[in-house]
Amino acid sequence: MQANTRAVYMLPYYVWIVLFVVAPVVLVAYYSFFDVDGNLTLQNYRTFFTPVYMQMTLSSFWYAFLVTLFSLLIAYPAAYLLTRTKHRQLWILLIILPTWINLLLKTYAFIGIFGTYGPVNALLGAIGIGEQQLLFNAFSFVFVSVYIFVPFMILPIYNALEEMNPTLISAARDLGASGWTTFRRVIFPLTLSGVKSGCMAVFIPSLSLFMITRLIAGNKVITLGTAIEQHFLVTQDWGMGSTVAVVLIIAMAVLMLLTGGFGQEVRHGK
Amino acid sequence: MKTISRMFIVIIVAALLLMYLAARLNVSQGYSGSNTLTIYNWGDYIDPDLLDQFQKETGITVIYQTFDSNEAMLTKIEQGGTTFDVAIPSDYAISKMREDNLLLPIDHSKLPNLQNIDPSFLNLSFDPDNKYSAPYFWGTVGVVYNPKLTNLKFHSWDDLWDPSLRNNVLLTDGAREVMGMSLNSLHYSLNDTKEAHLQEALAKLKLLTPNVKAIVGDEIKMLLANNEAAAGLVFSGDASEIMSENEDLDFVVPEEGTNLWFDNMVIPKTAANIDGAHKFINFMMDPEVAAQNAEYVGYSTPNDAALKLLPEDISGDERFYPPADLTDRLEVYDNLGKKMLVHYNELFLQFKMNK
Repeated sequence: MQANTRAVYMLPYYVWIVLFVVAPVVLVAYYSFFDVDGNLTLQNYRTFFTPVYMQMTLSSFWYAFLVTLFSLLIAYPAAYLLTRTKHRQLWILLIILPTWINLLLKTYAFIGIFGTYGPVNALLGAIGIGEQQLLFNAFSFVFVSVYIFVPFMILPIYNALEEMNPTLISAARDLGASGWTTFRRVIFPLTLSGVKSGCMAVFIPSLSLFMITRLIAGNKVITLGTAIEQHFLVTQDWGMGSTVAVVLIIAMAVLMLLTGGFGQEVRHGK
Repeated sequence: MKTISRMFIVIIVAALLLMYLAARLNVSQGYSGSNTLTIYNWGDYIDPDLLDQFQKETGITVIYQTFDSNEAMLTKIEQGGTTFDVAIPSDYAISKMREDNLLLPIDHSKLPNLQNIDPSFLNLSFDPDNKYSAPYFWGTVGVVYNPKLTNLKFHSWDDLWDPSLRNNVLLTDGAREVMGMSLNSLHYSLNDTKEAHLQEALAKLKLLTPNVKAIVGDEIKMLLANNEAAAGLVFSGDASEIMSENEDLDFVVPEEGTNLWFDNMVIPKTAANIDGAHKFINFMMDPEVAAQNAEYVGYSTPNDAALKLLPEDISGDERFYPPADLTDRLEVYDNLGKKMLVHYNELFLQFKMNK
């Protein structure tokens, strides 16, 4: 009876996973073997391994890496400070709040803020640095992406820091470790799981960013996401679009395997 | 256990109910019958007074719906369940609808006002002999520039390559528009499919890279109106919108020629009131009606008789009604087929990747 009940409880999840996880992935993989005219072919994969797409893949990974790195550099100290502040709940709410606003709206706001006649340039002009071109370059792309993704990095790290036993820090100091050594040998290793899931939550979506590449970077940054969008919406070359998507899925799976993302929950259970 | 199964039943019942409702809504959206006419047009693309006038003259009740892209319109008509009697898609969408058998032929004997249309806007490649469509508005692709930000007197596509415009040019994110511009500047057709010519066009585009500030979508209107760049590649319809927001700006159709685009009236296959649809199409081609509409919308009218009724400052504006020697060099985008379109986009992507 018990096993039966469990099976029934699980049923909605199985249905969900088959319909919305397995089926789309299978469909994407299936479409990637067809050309524009609907012929079965491997040509899409051959096209992918040409310099144009290789360069695009490299730049996608490079920018995703930059976005993750800067998010981590901002998020770790922020999460650490969060654990020491008085009104934690309020601060967390303030960090989460921007994620309630539509991504496109936030992006559009930056076009105004970074514009030639926007407030940032007015400030730069007033303090004597002079007008800079802030929009349509790699800087603005990384800046806006980090702004958008930073909450997803802060929260897991904050949770990991919260879970840590504070007496361990006192113990480390008692045993003569300096502040830096305590951080490096005790705090950071203990929060590594939070850092890992934060990096995953930032790196994977930023690999396939597309709207920001056009709105903020003016297509000066081209990622695989841009290519997928173009193939599905403009050329209707679903095969090539799917091929790019398949390569992204494989890349992400490999990344998760390498960083041990899959096994994490089990280890926690011990 | 019980609660779970109950939940399941509730969800399934709710889903079925929604499906039924959606089906009902789709049907009722299109009110059939001879006394109503459902029109499907771009947003803000008709003088609403004319709809009232049409209703008064014919006694037909108009149901007016809008779309914001050809693709959205195509999807909705393809899906069926709608009874749009008249739709106003652009040239390439008409060509696609024709191929997919989504259109009904128009009866020229019911459209006496078709004779008002300038013959050079009839019988074009996307609809030979105007079997399925009647022109509504037309336009070009050209350059909006800001004389306060550049001393160049624009007249040629090559002006965009001028070194003084370094990092000061905005482009529309469209493969056909950008490749077409480069092909035109080399005095090739913008429908060229010769590989050597396309490669030449790409090589020339790569020289433009230092001048390109950004390749953007609809935001180009806002950016140009805000003086973010000295020049931009835009559709003439967008140009008149930008210029009404920022009076410093000017528009030019380069002398080498450019794209000529159309929005034409068609009768989708799903139409219920075919007779009323013809009445409406004929009504919109009436000289006075077309003139009033052109003045309201601000696009270029293909209606010769209406053009004569328009005030001189509109009909004499060579930016939107280019002189005959230039209109001869304008070309409609031919349907190059999916394979060529993919190739155009591949080349455009290579240009975008160029640093």
